[in-house]
Amino acid sequence: MHDPKLLLLDPADNVLVAIQTLEAGDTLTVAGERVNVPTRLTLGHKLAARAIRAGERILKYRVPIGSATRDIAAGEHVHLHNMKSDYIQTFTLESGQTFSTKHDHH
Amino acid sequence: MIITDQAYLRADGRKGIRNHIVVAYLVECAHHVAREIVYPYRERGVHLIGFGGCYPNDYAARMMRTLCTHPNIGGVILLSLGCESFNRNSLREAIAASGRPVETLVIQQNGGTRKTIEQGRKLMDDMLAKVAQVPRAPLHINEFIVGTVCGGSDATSGITANPGIGRAFDRLVEQKAGCIFEETGELIGCEDIMTARAATPALAGILRDSVTKAAKYYAVLGHGSFAPGNAEGGLSTIEEKSMGAYAKSGASRISGLLKPGDIPPRGGLYLLDVVPDGEVRFGFPNINDNAEIAELIACGSHVILFSTGRGSVVGSAISPVIKVCANPETYRRMSEDMDVDAGKILEGRASLDEVGREILELSLAVARGAPTKSEELGHQEFVLTYKSFEPIGPSCLPSV
Repeated sequence: MHDPKLLLLDPADNVLVAIQTLEAGDTLTVAGERVNVPTRLTLGHKLAARAIRAGERILKYRVPIGSATRDIAAGEHVHLHNMKSDYIQTFTLESGQTFSTKHDHH
Repeated sequence: MIITDQAYLRADGRKGIRNHIVVAYLVECAHHVAREIVYPYRERGVHLIGFGGCYPNDYAARMMRTLCTHPNIGGVILLSLGCESFNRNSLREAIAASGRPVETLVIQQNGGTRKTIEQGRKLMDDMLAKVAQVPRAPLHINEFIVGTVCGGSDATSGITANPGIGRAFDRLVEQKAGCIFEETGELIGCEDIMTARAATPALAGILRDSVTKAAKYYAVLGHGSFAPGNAEGGLSTIEEKSMGAYAKSGASRISGLLKPGDIPPRGGLYLLDVVPDGEVRFGFPNINDNAEIAELIACGSHVILFSTGRGSVVGSAISPVIKVCANPETYRRMSEDMDVDAGKILEGRASLDEVGREILELSLAVARGAPTKSEELGHQEFVLTYKSFEPIGPSCLPSV
């Protein structure tokens, strides 16, 4: 039900991993639906395997790797723009030096 | 299983897979002279290590002692300026007590830069001749120690290279080799699944505490163990990177927790706690991948398995580094630097088990003397900074 370019690491996961680079304009099958790839994504990036609600845990390898910061549609790119760490904020060159946002996990 | 009958038998009974000499500077002020002594011998197994600081530090002293007496090292030349805090006499005594030839050059007593370089090269010729006489002996797999680290990770690391290393670790642990994984800051989010593998309940608590310590430490610094290239490569959070990094540990029972300089007492899988104890004092736990590699080597690692997705090129002083490339696109760009193409799993050209076997076989071949790509290219990176640790307690190494 998912495109062979996308890998579901564990049946419990709500994200898929691109196992080859996806080009802008490509059409993929996610959960039986056709979705468009709006921008180029190199292999390793994640797409939502189903609709994910804001605040929901993102599951990969059956383990939470952070939380959605807004609603995410099935097939949408899942990354820093719509998810965050539940531990330590992620630093990128674009964001510059970030302050830490601490969340108690346990 | 005997890996090779040509291991280098040291006077202290330990066995190496390389027969290197290190020149060790004891303060940055002696670095240039040390480097100049090494330069003509750099392709003859003479490596440069050192500590730049002028203030005393127990961790740095212990690291230098364990590195200078590493089984891959046959002899040592110490380079002192003369007025630094590093205790060159106790380091020299520890090396001499291990039965290794050791010489100390003090630049201030030796008439300066030029005279010290000349004398160092003279000493080097003698030491090379002495070290070449070391007896050979069989190295059993239960005497073999392998460390693993990841650097320049991307989202392929946790799918190909890291679980491939995990499979190799499982086979090594079955045969009673010592296997060490590390970077508790990259195990944040893995506490529950990791502690379930501890040999004893007390060790489970210690493993959990080590990750909690790392999370607190990095939170104070305001920056996780996460570089911008990790995000470009598709990793979104430290937890996601952690799950990938964790896969390097394989599935074996975890036998203990080490701190830098502790040698595994017997075969098995060990976690190396690299995050300093106490309040945050000297900055980031490890300023780069080579600081972690140096700590794995200080724990006795003969070989380092280095997983990379973005494409690290580094090697190390003292122990060979095997680079396992996770990303097939990176491998095609940088194959001259990579020993294993683990990304082929994503392209259906090999299974995870096959890549695991390839990593294991290559580790054994390197132990028999085959050079790694980074060795052939002359990589001998080394860095050592200030840290502080409390010694490990008896529950860290349960005898079950």
